[in-house]
Amino acid sequence: MANLVGRMIPPNIEPGFLLRVFWRMIETFQIALVGTAIGVVLSLPFAWLSAKDLTPLGPFRHVSRMLVSLFRTVPDLVWALLFVSAVGLGAVAGTMTIIVDTIGFCGRFFAEAMEDADKRPQEALFAIGARRFSVLCGAVLPDAMPSLINTTLFALEKAVRSSVVLGLVGAGGIGQELKVAFDLFQYKNASTIILVIFVIVVLMEFVTERLRSKVQ
Amino acid sequence: MTTIIRAHDLAKSYPNGKAIFSNIGFDIASRERVALIGSNGAGKSTLIKCLIGLLPSSGGEVVTLGESFRSTPSVAQLRRIRRQIGFVFQHHGLVSRQSVLTNVLQGKLGLPGGWRGWHHSIAKQQWREEAMQALADVRLLGKACARADALSGGQAQRVAIARALIRRPKLLLADEPAASLDPAAGHDVMRVFSELTQEHGITLVYTTHDMEHALDYSDRMIALKAGRIFFDRPTAQVARADLKDVFDA
Repeated sequence: MANLVGRMIPPNIEPGFLLRVFWRMIETFQIALVGTAIGVVLSLPFAWLSAKDLTPLGPFRHVSRMLVSLFRTVPDLVWALLFVSAVGLGAVAGTMTIIVDTIGFCGRFFAEAMEDADKRPQEALFAIGARRFSVLCGAVLPDAMPSLINTTLFALEKAVRSSVVLGLVGAGGIGQELKVAFDLFQYKNASTIILVIFVIVVLMEFVTERLRSKVQ
Repeated sequence: MTTIIRAHDLAKSYPNGKAIFSNIGFDIASRERVALIGSNGAGKSTLIKCLIGLLPSSGGEVVTLGESFRSTPSVAQLRRIRRQIGFVFQHHGLVSRQSVLTNVLQGKLGLPGGWRGWHHSIAKQQWREEAMQALADVRLLGKACARADALSGGQAQRVAIARALIRRPKLLLADEPAASLDPAAGHDVMRVFSELTQEHGITLVYTTHDMEHALDYSDRMIALKAGRIFFDRPTAQVARADLKDVFDA
């Protein structure tokens, strides 16, 4: 191990290599951002269909819940392998993986946030004949919004970390570069990439934490 | 005068069969202001909800706004009834993170095309004007852009009244609307109720266990005691001693 660490120092800081890492990191961030955005949007209907007392599906809400559980319990690397097989190597497979992973994560927590929303406005609106979807949009979502935003920021943080790893199975991003570095025994390149990943993840956590503190 | 609500031999029991109330019968005419009074647990809130089909009754018949039903109205009946009523709960039931204006506009939900009442930004201009007028009626025009959670209890309840009024209801029901307010705010809310329903020709039915609110703001009182109607008479003919009898165990 000491030998390996010794071969990783000093990290490669050649401008050409750093530029390549930069663009790979941008791609990683794009996978995370687009995947999270689409995943969050798709999570909302899943959460609504799963939420007790709000779902229009009645007891069949468990079907939606089970689907969300399936998305969550299958590891993201397995989803990535499936999507790489389906659509080929690259960022599209990575993005699809993040979408599924985000639905699994947000679908569950969004449903819980909806279930925890203040029941009294809902009762007031149901009493005057508002439909379930109107109650959802008018009363439930505004009340659950801080929780939804918090969960979304956590999902984004999680997606950045995941999208780094997805490259190892060919789903695009910086992970692919890291895999190449290790495969070709370019440990100095690998250490640079690991440091960049570390900085980005810490930066991401800092930004999302600041944003979360602003959500009231 | 048109009959707005007719209850005949109405009964309601707990799931274990114990009666909450039984043999309830009365007619409520258009534009009447009726106070349903009784001590806690007398069944006032349950009765008011049975009258509009929010809760199923266990026996008897109800005719509300021309819709006759036993136990529960059909879906179509329920929709027709709900389009013509406003309901104010003990807790205002405002969406705390929304603006006052949006909360008032949400009174349009349940009416045809009512989905545009989700938020003031997508509401029709005419609805926004109606909402501002309703806020002016409850003397809260200056709070239109404030968040609902920034209001006092009395102000929030007045917004709930505005939300009910924007529906232009024929019948306004209120379940203990002033119970959680201090005396001054409680009277203020009841005064707003009373004045606006008279001004707009709306039938008002409210539950209360506050003798003053019953005496000052109703034309008629229906008192419930031990699951039966204890008395039903014009407020002018009700003495304070009668009210004491209602609330005495």
